[in-house]
Amino acid sequence: MTARVAKWPGVELSAADLLEGKVTQTRFRPDAKYAWSAGEAISRFLEELQAGRLIARTCHRCERILFPPRMFCEECFRPTDAWTYIRDTGTIETYSVSYLDTDAKRISEPILVGVVSLDGASPKMGMMHYFGEMTKDEIRIGMRVRAVWRPAEERKGSVLDIRYFRPLREGER
Amino acid sequence: MTFLERTTDARRYRAWEGNMEADYIYTSGLAGQRFFVALRDEGRLLAARCTACGLDYLPPRIFCEECFAELTEFVPVPPEGQVASLTVAHQDRTGALASPPQVWAFVTFKGVRGGLLHRLLATPDAARPGMRVHIRVRPREARTGTIADIEGFEPARSTK
Amino acid sequence: MRKVGVIGAGMTIFRRRLQETGKEMCFEATRMALDSAGLSIGDVDMVVNGTAPDAFDGVHMKGEYLLDGCGGYRKPYTRVFTGGGTGVFSTIAGWWHVASGLADVVLVVNEEKMSSCQPHPQSVFAHIWDPILDRPLKPNLVWIFAMEMNRYMTVYGIKKEDIARVAVKNKRNAVGHPCAQLADANITVDDVLKSEVMAWPVQRLDISPPSDGASAVVLASDDFIRRRRIKDRAWISGVGWCIDSTMWTDRDLVFPEYVARAAKMAYGMAKVRDPRREIDFAEPYDPFDYKELHHLEGLLLAKKGEAPTLTREGVTQRDGDLPVCPSGGLMGVGNPIAATMGMKIGELFWQLTGQAGKRQIPHEVRTGVSQAWGDLMQYGCVVVMRA
Repeated sequence: MTARVAKWPGVELSAADLLEGKVTQTRFRPDAKYAWSAGEAISRFLEELQAGRLIARTCHRCERILFPPRMFCEECFRPTDAWTYIRDTGTIETYSVSYLDTDAKRISEPILVGVVSLDGASPKMGMMHYFGEMTKDEIRIGMRVRAVWRPAEERKGSVLDIRYFRPLREGER
Repeated sequence: MTFLERTTDARRYRAWEGNMEADYIYTSGLAGQRFFVALRDEGRLLAARCTACGLDYLPPRIFCEECFAELTEFVPVPPEGQVASLTVAHQDRTGALASPPQVWAFVTFKGVRGGLLHRLLATPDAARPGMRVHIRVRPREARTGTIADIEGFEPARSTK
Repeated sequence: MRKVGVIGAGMTIFRRRLQETGKEMCFEATRMALDSAGLSIGDVDMVVNGTAPDAFDGVHMKGEYLLDGCGGYRKPYTRVFTGGGTGVFSTIAGWWHVASGLADVVLVVNEEKMSSCQPHPQSVFAHIWDPILDRPLKPNLVWIFAMEMNRYMTVYGIKKEDIARVAVKNKRNAVGHPCAQLADANITVDDVLKSEVMAWPVQRLDISPPSDGASAVVLASDDFIRRRRIKDRAWISGVGWCIDSTMWTDRDLVFPEYVARAAKMAYGMAKVRDPRREIDFAEPYDPFDYKELHHLEGLLLAKKGEAPTLTREGVTQRDGDLPVCPSGGLMGVGNPIAATMGMKIGELFWQLTGQAGKRQIPHEVRTGVSQAWGDLMQYGCVVVMRA
């Protein structure tokens, strides 16, 4: 088959063919706007972020403490049972040193970003966030960290109410 | 089974606002390139012909949807078409009032499968299904090879 | 259940930009697949289309938009979608159409036109993250892979050069592929290690490119294959699929349990008891070089953390004991998401029927496995095929 086909189909274009309009084309920019309802669990989560706290939900059957909080347990497939506050300290599970911004544009000062599992939640339960007060050479998996919160008056009920996670200091728990 | 706990104060529910922005460049494709170059340079419409099935397709395409053969022959579309159906839009895409109301028509051509949707350059009172129309294209220098090179369909002079 | 065979395959070239519209690409790949099977569109009972997020092509309801190019006009037609997993999953959907007895001949057509999206398809990837928990952090999709790769490397102590070997192997394998976008006969491990850092540990040459392209395969029942005396066929002997938690920050990023579950389902159906001994070659999903290693472990073809060793020892080379991605994979041929079916299902068909040309594995192969990975890095699907 591979040998029998003389010419495989497809007409390649250069970047200029497309971007400079050398082939006929139509341009369009949709800008769809949304208001996503946060629902029961995440509304409370955002409200608590604004108050400077992290909250989870427990499932009494599997005895897991679920974070981010959710109103049903996907393992037991039943409603979760209670709210519980967890701590704002945790452990870096993994990270990346990113030279790409959200549009894949190159940036010179890298973003330190990763997953933090939080103390008080079940193992591996955590959130994605930025890391600060450490260099790209100091960051490592297993590092103990604590949330750095925005001042109360600047908090809006958003994951950005935490600015980043910083290393736990000597003697801090 | 439902959630064991519910917030009864609706003001505590939150919504998160955002958008889904994106930019697109759509190539016209192989058949589209033939179609839009003819429209831009010559101000005329082309159809793609399937000789096996005896079908001309508008807009043109590189395959026959009946027999799935590759189509390479392009033929002119008859100059006069017929309004198959129409609507009078009193609102634009955003819901704002369109003043005056715009007439939009689906126009078919004798012996051609398919047709074109475009503005009908007639008042709502004068517009009616079945009326004979032809395309009015923009001046050559304003044409860029898109569907907007057509200003709309205007009533054919031969029928009053 | 009826026995189902693959009897034809076709694909366009894969490039960063193609002039064809999505439906034109579909037609070209489909026409080639039908021609290779010696069938006409009238022989086709049903059509399955596979294509990834609408936002790449920039056409909402892409399945509907593509249907005439897929040969779906006035036929039972369905679009299926499991993100990147669509590259293998659409064949599973086609399989159940025939296995159930509903159809004798099914076309499966996959497409992606990522060049429509400006300035880079990355910008719409932002919309697959959770809008409240993740998007405020302005994530780039590469981050999530970088984090998974970092955890995999750290837990098993894997070096970057062990992962770079996969990129080198696949880009070299792709030299024999007529559709390849990124074939490179002379690439070295050093080239990969010195390429631009995008999101550490992911560098430019660790990652497959965005591409335009389409691919198609024709599936038929054993009755039909016998009746029409079709010689070039490969049998689908097992299928499996599985998805993990939607809360990605809760997942184990080291071992793809969902791939293992999908593989066990497929091996069970195919009566494969010892995959490492019974599978002759594999086409795991390789959008990043580390994913081939991750997926070899998920497919139970390597022990946990040992896939890099197999690669280092040459076991996964085309002439090795377990050739992996002999097509050149996504790393070498390109990554028009769903259309990677051309290297996953298409390559299994071509290899098992001895039609792979310059890419043909030099020793006899009778059983192959292909796998794709998708949604938000949580979905695995597996197909086992036999000569």
